[in-house]
Amino acid sequence: MTGYDFTLAGARLTALGSGALWWEEHRLLCISDLHLGKSERHIRRGGSALPPYETRDTLIRLSERVSALQPDTVVCLGDSFDDDAASQALPEAEKSQLGALMQGRRWIWITGNHDPAPADLGGEQMAELHLAPLTFRHIADPLATAEVSGHYHPKARVRSTTRPCFLLDRSRLILPAFGTYTGGLRSSDPALTSLMAADALAILTGAQALVVPMPR
Amino acid sequence: MSELPKAIQDWFSARGWTVHPHQHAMLERAGAPCTLLIAPTGGGKTMAGFLPTLAELADGSHDGLHTLYISPLKALAADIKRNLRTPVEEIGLPIRIDDRTGDTPASRKRRQRADPPHILLTTPESLALLTSYEDAARTFKGLKRVVVDEIHALAESKRGDQLMLALARLQTLCPDLRRVGLSATVDDPEAIASYLARHPDPCDIVLADPGPAPDIRMLETEAAPPWAGGGAAYAIPAVMAQIKAHKTTLIFHNTRAQAEIFFHNLWLANEDALPIGIHHGSLDRVQRERVEAAMVRGELRAIVCTGSLDLGIDWGDVDLVIQIGAPKNVKRLVQRIGRANHRYNAPSKALLVPANRFEVVECRAALEAVRENDLDGDPRGPGPRDVLCQHILIAACSGPFDAEELYAEMTRAGAYATLTRTAFDACLTFCATGGYALKAYDQWQRLLQRPDGKWQLRDPRAASRIRMNLGTIQDADLIKVRLKRSRGGKPLGEVEEAFAATLTPGDTFLIGGQTVRYEGLREMTVEVSRNPGRKPKIAVFSGTKFATSTQLSARILKMFKQDSWPALPGHTADWLDLQRAVSELPRAGRLLIESFPHDSREHICVYGFAGRNAQQTLGLLLTKRMEELGLDPLGFVATDYATLIWGLQEVADPAPLFDPEALRDGLEGWLAGNAVMKRAFRGAATIAGLIERNTPGARKNGRQATFSSDILYDTLRKYDPDHLLMDITREEALRGLVDFGRIEEMLERTRGRITLRRLERISPLAAPLLLEVGKVPVKGAAEEKLLQQEAEELMRQSGLDQLPQ
Repeated sequence: MTGYDFTLAGARLTALGSGALWWEEHRLLCISDLHLGKSERHIRRGGSALPPYETRDTLIRLSERVSALQPDTVVCLGDSFDDDAASQALPEAEKSQLGALMQGRRWIWITGNHDPAPADLGGEQMAELHLAPLTFRHIADPLATAEVSGHYHPKARVRSTTRPCFLLDRSRLILPAFGTYTGGLRSSDPALTSLMAADALAILTGAQALVVPMPR
Repeated sequence: MSELPKAIQDWFSARGWTVHPHQHAMLERAGAPCTLLIAPTGGGKTMAGFLPTLAELADGSHDGLHTLYISPLKALAADIKRNLRTPVEEIGLPIRIDDRTGDTPASRKRRQRADPPHILLTTPESLALLTSYEDAARTFKGLKRVVVDEIHALAESKRGDQLMLALARLQTLCPDLRRVGLSATVDDPEAIASYLARHPDPCDIVLADPGPAPDIRMLETEAAPPWAGGGAAYAIPAVMAQIKAHKTTLIFHNTRAQAEIFFHNLWLANEDALPIGIHHGSLDRVQRERVEAAMVRGELRAIVCTGSLDLGIDWGDVDLVIQIGAPKNVKRLVQRIGRANHRYNAPSKALLVPANRFEVVECRAALEAVRENDLDGDPRGPGPRDVLCQHILIAACSGPFDAEELYAEMTRAGAYATLTRTAFDACLTFCATGGYALKAYDQWQRLLQRPDGKWQLRDPRAASRIRMNLGTIQDADLIKVRLKRSRGGKPLGEVEEAFAATLTPGDTFLIGGQTVRYEGLREMTVEVSRNPGRKPKIAVFSGTKFATSTQLSARILKMFKQDSWPALPGHTADWLDLQRAVSELPRAGRLLIESFPHDSREHICVYGFAGRNAQQTLGLLLTKRMEELGLDPLGFVATDYATLIWGLQEVADPAPLFDPEALRDGLEGWLAGNAVMKRAFRGAATIAGLIERNTPGARKNGRQATFSSDILYDTLRKYDPDHLLMDITREEALRGLVDFGRIEEMLERTRGRITLRRLERISPLAAPLLLEVGKVPVKGAAEEKLLQQEAEELMRQSGLDQLPQ
């Protein structure tokens, strides 16, 4: 495992180099911001025809994590689909691939701002998941503690290398986006610097998860 | 039409002017379908292009647009408008003249479409935009002539390809359209002529008297040039003295950043407070116009500028041109020199100022080339397909089109004469559906084929998105710089996004000759405050980097063979002598490689003399190979003459690295994953309409809505490697950024003869490379090792590693 182990509010967690979060105690895999169907939404709205392979690519990477770890529970932290229409327009092949992944385990869709009413693809849908001591939600609540969230697509720059990253302080963990066509927000953006404590860490994704003080 | 109306002739005579022979020649050929005029700057070239128009419009009987004038520069269009209005008003000709560029207010643009002037002055991009409107046929009704100014410059870029496609469109709308090209001195006039003409029409070439040879020298300074860099700060006092000794001086730079720094230094040394201005493409339009106006009024003693002043704007009484930094290309140098002395038959006066020691050699070589009139030029291949894709989208914006007709029209542009129907159809499919192996967009495709067989936009609203992203200029992403709102919010210009990203509040940088302090980023605009006096961080909005031409490189290698260099200044001759003593000088027939330890890393320096782009490619190829051989390369930097690579291991036997077969074989596989390819992809994907630089509704929320083109590239490479855009990218990269042709030329020239010199320390010739900017990191095993070290170090320094996590 190429992850970084840490504790949040007493829960022992591992930030994986792939951008997924692993909670061994519950055999729980958490990923955020899959944005499935992004290219389809783009052309549907009159934009250009982006290469339509990102959903396949995202699911392939997710399958790799799932088959390697065999989680009991998978939590998708919101913005799993680029919008509602995208979840309905998911091609059959991808739908059955997703179905196979969901088979035999608890699957939770947290609702995000892009997909407020998640698709009819099975699994449970909820706005927040409480699994003591942690709370999983899409967008961080500045007042919350012991919280795991996504939404911001954080990325950080070290040695002129920019990579998607986790952000961690004593109160919260923010996950990087797992989807293939997802941009990033620099950790130095005020939206993130105001949210994270002064001694926050950034855990860079990559072949090996790397921890650094959060670049501001 | 060979007679000039009397009123025009009288106006000429009243000024004591005579019509030049080449202007007569253009009048005589006024009825020809296509004419190319090659004349030195200041030879009344533009007037020669317009005289037939003035003659035809003199009787006031023409209704609507008559002549379209295209220039590569907005400023040139504005300048010509000014220059043309003078005779028209003084003679009292019933001719309406107007210009139309990206800077023209929307209200005036609308008026122009409904009620076009007789003469419209515009740029290739604005013309392409005009042809994208549904009412294009009405706008261009009656059009008789098109004059393409500075066609030698346009023909070198995709802007020219786009223009020629637009002209093919216009020719369909106006079959009698006659074309005129105006060009500076070029190496191959026939190539430009067939580029301009409707294929397969012939094109007459009119050669004007080239005028007297220029008076061109290297600037002699008391201080020797530094070892590296492009600033030429050492030459400030000497340049200042030249400005004082002349009426008006143009000071050319190769990049915008260099122009800014030089201007800053010049200003600090300007004790007499001479009026000196700065002009480059990143400056705000208002600022540029102010400088241009002051220049026209003759109020400025000098202008520090870049390629934005390269082309034929008539600045009046320029009596000296100074080129800072090696010119890289003899043809461009000659054209720049032509900027001085706009009086016909007066020699131009120019000074070359090498920015560093190596450039002294290069400037010397360039001087000899100018003297021998040995211009350099490389033929361009067939018209690029990304431009073709954009043109198909433009056609779709203007209304439903028939594929067969559009194909026929496009092949009438010289650059696309050899385009096959299959290649065209692939581009059309790309525009319609994305052209992916996976048919995902049947429902949402961009272009639809109607029952009558014509193609149209599925969603008419897409037209405005397409128009917003029109054009082929591939500047790095620029973002606007303005003063903070509390300080007036005045726009100052633009910087590259990548540069803006490196700024933190409090940082200072130069723009428009003033030092400003970075305050923050607000709605995609850099906000700054004025901050005089502090030493600025450097602005890195680098202009285009040109590669030294093959011909110029060959001349330099020839100079290296000399026993001594009496023509070179002592400091430079001594440097070459020292290199010869410590190591040796590179030769044309052998590949010299130096190997030495420096700063606790192993280095090799490869003197390929293949030009910046090819040396860059060589760096990528070699580091890839070194990575495979476990030599742990960490990075490299390339200049026009050498590539310096550093890493963790010594290279004892370079021969396996340079096996030509391995290099060629490695190319395709290697090409796939590297940054140069990604840059080429970004360019092609943007022009072809896959990536939109501008989208309706600016991104205002904090979260970044865009994703990198690199990811699109990686995805395509993985799932659809034969996609049209991948094909275009390979082609582009090979001829432009990768420039493998010049690596081949280098291999051919050296034929496996490699000299490896193991040195105790860095050699005189290699040392300047260490100071070069633009170092390319190698993202390999060594980088992962160091990244890990750095992360641990940062954790330790911050004390965060002590925290219980």
